Amino acid sequence: MILAYIETREDKVKKCSLEVLSEAGRRGGDLGQDVAAVVLGPKGNAVAAELFSYGAAKVYIVENPGLGSYSTDVYAQAMAALARELHPAVILFSADSLGKDLAPRLAAKLGVSLASDCTALAVKDGRLEFTRPIYAAKAFMTFTLKTSPQIATLRPNIFPLTNPAAQRGEVVSKSLELEAGQAKARVVEVLHEQGGEIDVSEADIVISGGRGLKGPENFALLRELSALIPRSAVGASRSAVDSGWIGHQHQVGQTGKTVSPSLYMAFGISGAIQHLAGMSGSKVIVAVNKDSEAPIFKYADFGVVGDLFQVIPFLKDELKKALAE
Amino acid sequence: MNVFVFVKRVPDTESRIKIQADGKTVATEGLNFVPSPYDEYAVEEALRLKAAKGGKVTVFTAGSDESLPVLRKCLAMGADEAVLIKDVAGETYDGLRTARLIAAALHKKYSGFDLLLFGKQAVGTDNSQVPSMVAELLGLPQANVVVKLEIEGSAGTAYREIEGAQEKVAFSLPAVISAQKGLNEPRYETLKGIMAAKKKEIPVLTPEALEFRPEDLSPGIEIARIDLPPVKQAGKAIAVEPQEAARQLVDFLRRDAKVI
Repeated sequence: MILAYIETREDKVKKCSLEVLSEAGRRGGDLGQDVAAVVLGPKGNAVAAELFSYGAAKVYIVENPGLGSYSTDVYAQAMAALARELHPAVILFSADSLGKDLAPRLAAKLGVSLASDCTALAVKDGRLEFTRPIYAAKAFMTFTLKTSPQIATLRPNIFPLTNPAAQRGEVVSKSLELEAGQAKARVVEVLHEQGGEIDVSEADIVISGGRGLKGPENFALLRELSALIPRSAVGASRSAVDSGWIGHQHQVGQTGKTVSPSLYMAFGISGAIQHLAGMSGSKVIVAVNKDSEAPIFKYADFGVVGDLFQVIPFLKDELKKALAE
Repeated sequence: MNVFVFVKRVPDTESRIKIQADGKTVATEGLNFVPSPYDEYAVEEALRLKAAKGGKVTVFTAGSDESLPVLRKCLAMGADEAVLIKDVAGETYDGLRTARLIAAALHKKYSGFDLLLFGKQAVGTDNSQVPSMVAELLGLPQANVVVKLEIEGSAGTAYREIEGAQEKVAFSLPAVISAQKGLNEPRYETLKGIMAAKKKEIPVLTPEALEFRPEDLSPGIEIARIDLPPVKQAGKAIAVEPQEAARQLVDFLRRDAKVI
């Protein structure tokens, strides 16, 4: 069995979890393994049909008062109990903020090594091979895990979704004994950012600015572009963040976030190696920069050598026209 | 407060990575090694906690003698003591193996801590595994990717960054915390600190002293190969009037890239 860990947000399955389930289906096919999904907490029944349509033959639902708000140690306990009962060959998580927090604790609990933040899985000689970026995607390592179950987290926005199909499956409710009363750490509140902006790591389109923006007030230009484009977010280079022009949660690069959107737009970003490391996995890259020698142009699919302050107003007009059609 | 900080030696973020002839190892010649940037936030937070509450800051690393300069840098920032947990040079990429070494060092030799601070990931391996694994092996609470930390007596509150929000995490000490950019502004070493750090004894803990047999430290992962990313062909660059540039750019996005 390949067990896909599913997260919900506002009663819907997170897209990165559907990516995990889709990949579980593909590799399950190669390995001759069944695919199951697990949902911790009370939302399981509401999303089971969607999980079947993405290839889960079974959906395990674990309801327990201890699984209300997130607690790494209680969630890890639940997953370990499930793993000991079901003996999955593989457990897959998204490498989002929850998966990165939970999967290593579970792996240590089960005494196994972990494949973090993978960008490709393959089956070779009947074994699962993991590929992940190292040195912020300046290199890629491919490896196998010697321990079982094999646990991996998959980078969001990389693995394609399968086409959902009308399929039925089985819902299995599990009641587990958890020491929930003794959660070692628990989330007591979630503080949302102002305006409900999409995180750069989750956006389909990232619109980033660097030193070329010349000051914090000019990030407004990028926010105006972002407001025109659905599912976009504003990113920034390290130098813009370190100058205090925008919060570090917007930083893309080796000491910021790694993003792989369908489109990355770089405005006034020269393309330092540490920035390129965070965004070179983007499917399409465009750049606007005054300096025709800027390294970013070596990575851009389309570059505009010009003054971003002159180009952006026209770009807004052209985008409005294009999006209205 | 007795705070332990765990740091790692990594190539600086400007490094260009080359692969050795075996196809499985990253070449280290010519690379400039520094403490992982996120570890500096952890060291700084420990020093601030000490300034506010008293106590001691001890810095650990798992590595070979090559990691000593990284420990000395942390001493120069103001840490009181440093300990080298002796390990092989080079990367095994196996977080569990490192976590076991650290957990054993704390379990067997260095107890009595209130807080274990890490960087949220070592840049390079980028695994984000060791803090959570150490927490599990020692049965401690954890909060990762923390941008704000508050300690009151034996209770702690950590604000941890998630997608588009922060989670406020409540826990009791001792606990494991991993630091994210934004937690603080790390200080620079002082000349006096650098001089004092040179003279400090750095005790060395060997795997044997921690009762590990060589087979206990065999990595749980097997590397098949390490590849450089494919070289990307640069696309088109235009230098035309702004209005025409905007028109062509949108045209590219719609017709060629089909992303808008």
